Amino acid sequence: MTKEVFGLSPSRRAVLKGAGAGLLAAGFVAPVWAQSAPIKLGFQLHRTGIGAAYGRWYERTAQAALKVINDGGGINGRPVEILFEDDGTDPKRGAEVVEKLVSQAGCDLVFGPLFSHVVIGTAPRAAELKVPYLVCSEGYHVASGMLNRWTMQPGITDVRAQVSSMAPWVLANLGKKVTMVFPDYAFGHDHRDFFTAAVEAGGGQVIAQVAIPPTETSFTRYMPQIPADTEVLYHVMVGPAVLTFVKELGEFYGSGARPEIFGFIDSLEAVDTASPGLEFLEGTHFWEGHNRVKQADASDHETAYRAAVGVDDNGASISDAKDVSTYAHMFSVWETLHVIKAGMEASGYQSTADRQKFVEAVEAMTDMPASLAHVQGDKRFNGKTHQVFGHQFISKVEGGKLIRAHTTSLEDGMYPDAVDYTTQSF
Amino acid sequence: MSLSAKPLALHLGLIAVLFAAQFMLPSYHATNVSRIMVLSVFAMGYNIAFGYTGLLSLGHALFFAAGMYGMGLPIWTLGWAPVPALIAGLVAGGALAGLVGLLALRTAGVSFMIVTLMFAQAGYLTLLYLNTHTGGDEGFVVDSAARMIAGFDLSTDTPRYMAALILFAIAMLICLWLVRSPFGRVMVAMRENEERSRMLGYNPFRVKLTALVISGLYAGMAGAAYGMLFGYVGATFATIQYSILPMLYVLLGGAGTVIGPFLGALLMFYLIDIASGYTTAYLFVVGAALVVLVLFAPKGILGTIRERGLKWLP
Repeated sequence: MTKEVFGLSPSRRAVLKGAGAGLLAAGFVAPVWAQSAPIKLGFQLHRTGIGAAYGRWYERTAQAALKVINDGGGINGRPVEILFEDDGTDPKRGAEVVEKLVSQAGCDLVFGPLFSHVVIGTAPRAAELKVPYLVCSEGYHVASGMLNRWTMQPGITDVRAQVSSMAPWVLANLGKKVTMVFPDYAFGHDHRDFFTAAVEAGGGQVIAQVAIPPTETSFTRYMPQIPADTEVLYHVMVGPAVLTFVKELGEFYGSGARPEIFGFIDSLEAVDTASPGLEFLEGTHFWEGHNRVKQADASDHETAYRAAVGVDDNGASISDAKDVSTYAHMFSVWETLHVIKAGMEASGYQSTADRQKFVEAVEAMTDMPASLAHVQGDKRFNGKTHQVFGHQFISKVEGGKLIRAHTTSLEDGMYPDAVDYTTQSF
Repeated sequence: MSLSAKPLALHLGLIAVLFAAQFMLPSYHATNVSRIMVLSVFAMGYNIAFGYTGLLSLGHALFFAAGMYGMGLPIWTLGWAPVPALIAGLVAGGALAGLVGLLALRTAGVSFMIVTLMFAQAGYLTLLYLNTHTGGDEGFVVDSAARMIAGFDLSTDTPRYMAALILFAIAMLICLWLVRSPFGRVMVAMRENEERSRMLGYNPFRVKLTALVISGLYAGMAGAAYGMLFGYVGATFATIQYSILPMLYVLLGGAGTVIGPFLGALLMFYLIDIASGYTTAYLFVVGAALVVLVLFAPKGILGTIRERGLKWLP
């Protein structure tokens, strides 16, 4: 019966042959891995604390990229393993975690943190340990020159470039009188300063800046501060109060006239745009670092990446449609791991003695073409500032889904160098 | 060995063990111990207020952060040298404790806890609001050039460990002297029975304010040293977590014992370090450990040991 149904019921001889071949193959392959110790990469993970929603997806993305790299032969012919260590999204613990990964676990390098204060609190220790520290943080703190030669950001564009590159499109398509709503701390201030400068350079005007205190849980009383002649409302909020903010914005305007609304997807990362109360977002625009909803022109690389990280066409987990990913940011982990592979292979990395060569190899990188290694799109790395520049996407909410309306060029986000890390000693 | 020699031998012995430890411990643990020694100074300061004087504060993060920013800001904005900057941190911690004490010591018990908590929260928010001057939530890096004292680079392992050890040793010996001095006895008297102390002619407000200022000096010095030795100044050090931590160290090690804060900091540090390797709920493990402690050894480890045998333990 089995033979008729499947047509491949094997004979005993065939099974023995197959098993023998399998054993031979295993015996042939295994020593190749066994001869070379794995390359150990440390991942400083926001598994708990304020960054936990990001951390969960960053870990999944790192695991997916690791599988792709190991399936492709590892790095320099050696298998790769990642050791994850929770930093609680806390800078003190962050520095301790890097110490643990490097000094105790013997990791070759450390990568992966997102939150700026953790990065800034950890970077000095990474430099003291003389270990490459590759961050996925978006912060301008790398390119500003605040950090050190061992700290690099090759996987995601920084906030300064993001906001500067989108201002011309906002002014040309949405309006010239802008009101900004942002959290009243460093991340929000980066938006305030760089977007305001870009708007003024483009002939527009920021007519009001509404700074929201970081401990605020209700935003209703700030809404009347938005001037009536506002043409574009620019909002960027992070943290647990995000959903409340967006809902209250909707309640404030109701079904009446409202300005054009342009937001940073940070406001809604890991949140379903079709959530009840968010209906008013229909027709508004968002910045996305990477399109959450699979676009009609998605490349094969994008499709393969989406499948590898376990995200469906709407940006949620394949196994749980309510588990929305942090899609606009998490590609940075995937791309950073591929930059690590490229850097280690270019420098002939063999052991921790080659860490300096690795940093120099990454500093020598320039153009990064769109590929499976760079799924978000092509990029250009600036070895002097240790910062990469990529395309940014502006999407419009249509039918509850984010549909891409504009893609910025690499040049749109570029700005003069503030530092040359290559002149610093190791 | 006389009774007074025993405590001295114990404390000098601990310093000797810590000195030797840097040569025997792997580098990961050596750096951890330098962190623990600085945090112990913070906890010793907390212990002077809480363990000896009975002032249960929930605002010590403010004094720790005052020391950290008092050291870091002059370096960052004015280019100060490290030694004056460290002194500025020390003074900032003590001055702020004095200021808070002048107001908060009008209350006692639960009210004192709440008032100190509110002051600390106000301090934290001030750091965020003055983002342009303080670096806000992101904080800032202490320039490595400003971490050189007398030719020693505090960003390297051995000088850092030795600096932490010297600070720890001085802080502990001063604490040992203080709690055995007449003023130390008065502090304990305030803790045990404030009214009786008042009847004996002591001014409770003055004694408690002095203890709080000394406590603030310890916290400020620890904050300044932490920023200097580990190269980062940030607002998270002003959050409530850093008011709770020294209390946990003191409760675990033994309130009202000189070595207790060090023992508590050591055990708590490694409890978190080890538990986080097994579960994301490591703070739950910490909480469970404390519940067990409160139930079975409410006086902490050294407090229990003192009660059951080593009566001479200061």
